[in-house]
Amino acid sequence: MGNRREFRWGDAADEDEGIEGVLPPMHVKGPDDKGVKIITEWRKREDGAKVKVTTTVRVKKQVKRLNPAVIRRRSVKKFGDAVGQNSSENLTVVSTEEIFLERFRPVGQQGQKQEEKGAELASLGNASLIVCRTCGKKGDHWTSKCPFKELAANRGFGEKPPGDDDMGMSTSAGPGGKASYVPPSMRGGSKGDGESMRKGRDDNSIRVTNLSEDTREQDLQELFRPFGSISRIYVAFDRDTGLSRGFAFINFVSREDAVRAINKLDGYGYDNLILRVEWATPRTDRA
Amino acid sequence: MRPILLKGHERPLTFLKYNRDGDLLFSCAKDHNPTVWYSHNGDRLGTYRGHNGAVWCCDVSRHTERLITGSADQSANIWDVETGAKLHTFGFESPARAVDFAEGDKLCVISTDPFIGAPSEIHVKRVEKDHSKQSSESLFVIKGPTGRINRAVWGPLNKTIISAGEDCLVRMWDAETGKLIKQSDPDAGHQKVVSSLAKSADGSHFITGSHDKSAKLWDIRTLEVLKTYSTERPVNAAAISPLLDHVVIGGGQDASQVTMSDRRAGKFEAKFFHKIYEEEIGGVKGHFGPINALAFNTDGRSFSSGGEDGYVRIHHFDADYYHIKM
Repeated sequence: MGNRREFRWGDAADEDEGIEGVLPPMHVKGPDDKGVKIITEWRKREDGAKVKVTTTVRVKKQVKRLNPAVIRRRSVKKFGDAVGQNSSENLTVVSTEEIFLERFRPVGQQGQKQEEKGAELASLGNASLIVCRTCGKKGDHWTSKCPFKELAANRGFGEKPPGDDDMGMSTSAGPGGKASYVPPSMRGGSKGDGESMRKGRDDNSIRVTNLSEDTREQDLQELFRPFGSISRIYVAFDRDTGLSRGFAFINFVSREDAVRAINKLDGYGYDNLILRVEWATPRTDRA
Repeated sequence: MRPILLKGHERPLTFLKYNRDGDLLFSCAKDHNPTVWYSHNGDRLGTYRGHNGAVWCCDVSRHTERLITGSADQSANIWDVETGAKLHTFGFESPARAVDFAEGDKLCVISTDPFIGAPSEIHVKRVEKDHSKQSSESLFVIKGPTGRINRAVWGPLNKTIISAGEDCLVRMWDAETGKLIKQSDPDAGHQKVVSSLAKSADGSHFITGSHDKSAKLWDIRTLEVLKTYSTERPVNAAAISPLLDHVVIGGGQDASQVTMSDRRAGKFEAKFFHKIYEEEIGGVKGHFGPINALAFNTDGRSFSSGGEDGYVRIHHFDADYYHIKM
């Protein structure tokens, strides 16, 4: 082997620095009687400037008592199939994956919390969030609890067109002129595309894409909760495989929170992936 | 934590056992070679060659001199732990299932499976310190329970033998005469096969795991059910922490169903429960088959699990494990 190696392009970066680029070697002082060790290192920053890094470390000796029998057993000769075992066999591997004791959360807990939150909000006077779709009253009750539910059909508000007494199966003439089923959105009297059902879903709704498969609702809750109250989290799962499809919708109670979340988390690295966070575009009419 | 994966077995694991000092881990599997590992780094120390069938269970003497293994080759072997030499073979008419050394290592209990018309039996044998004097004679044989006896262990002061198995009952036998002293209340006990049984560190209580998707904590003297831990899958293994009030339960869907569903549906986790509150603390994932064996290190700072997937995983707990608040 000659001293002078053949020049390779990969070495170019090192060669560039020349003699001047050589950094002083790492210097370690100590450890002194208190166990304090001072390490001085030199590094080169990206802009070329030299940086001196001084680290002070305390060295602590930990005494672990072992049974003499245990110590003796550490040097017992291997036997059986372990004789002559070479490292290539790789029987013992330390997992590359970090495994945690995943704390158990009861299934019902989250729903409960949300309900509590709702109650809290209502009492805070933020009651305009709750709008009854049947009677249109604000902040008093949920649609399902509406006291005017029975009246709804007769009074003609809600999704049914006035004058249509049949239960959804309309026999009146639709746009096609034939007696056929007319979806509520196409019936006379409806404002647009099933708006009442989706209203609220589109409010302050943001879409998160490029999520990793392992991301659960709870993870998103943790990620987005700091920005403000969340009214809904939906993670899309594949119906067949049960795997996440890599996107989710999150509804914030207030628009400002949603704006802040988008500003902060768009392009945020999460689980080795770069998140894309944006306003959820309202669904286009599929009819 | 980063578990240590031990890939020494070619077939599903059946049983794991730490020695009293906690530095060695013994593993039994359906391949024929029980294996011993260093528990701190997972290095393989040796294998015990000589069985011709699946090895179902093992036990190690108090000072880690002798190992006893029960195997489907209709034998139970006594081994020298540090050389792997076979010292003695107890022959049976049917596969040996459970083995356990008594306190003091002068006696051992071995259960055998029902086989071609013969019923299951519990044998009590004398273990000689000098193995050349070892005889194969049983002191007495207990017969009675139907179906396999999956575990048989010694009760406090070697006065009783506790057995559990396929007939769902836990029984207590007199260790001198072999007479039945007590059996568990069928309503309070398990409703399906009891797959595992493990004593607490002080031997005052024990835990059983059953295919009825629960594990139960029992008083070893009264056979009273103290606690019940319910999960979603059949329980194949259970262990009690010697350090904290925790129990760990492992299982998963039946091995024959594994390939037919999503990995996540299997629930192959080792689940931690609070021993007293019966509340689930959390789960440790990793195996891609049901967990068949679980054991806590004697210091309670690590535990290992063995799966149908043939892997043993040694988990050394992170610091935050010791501060879990319920």
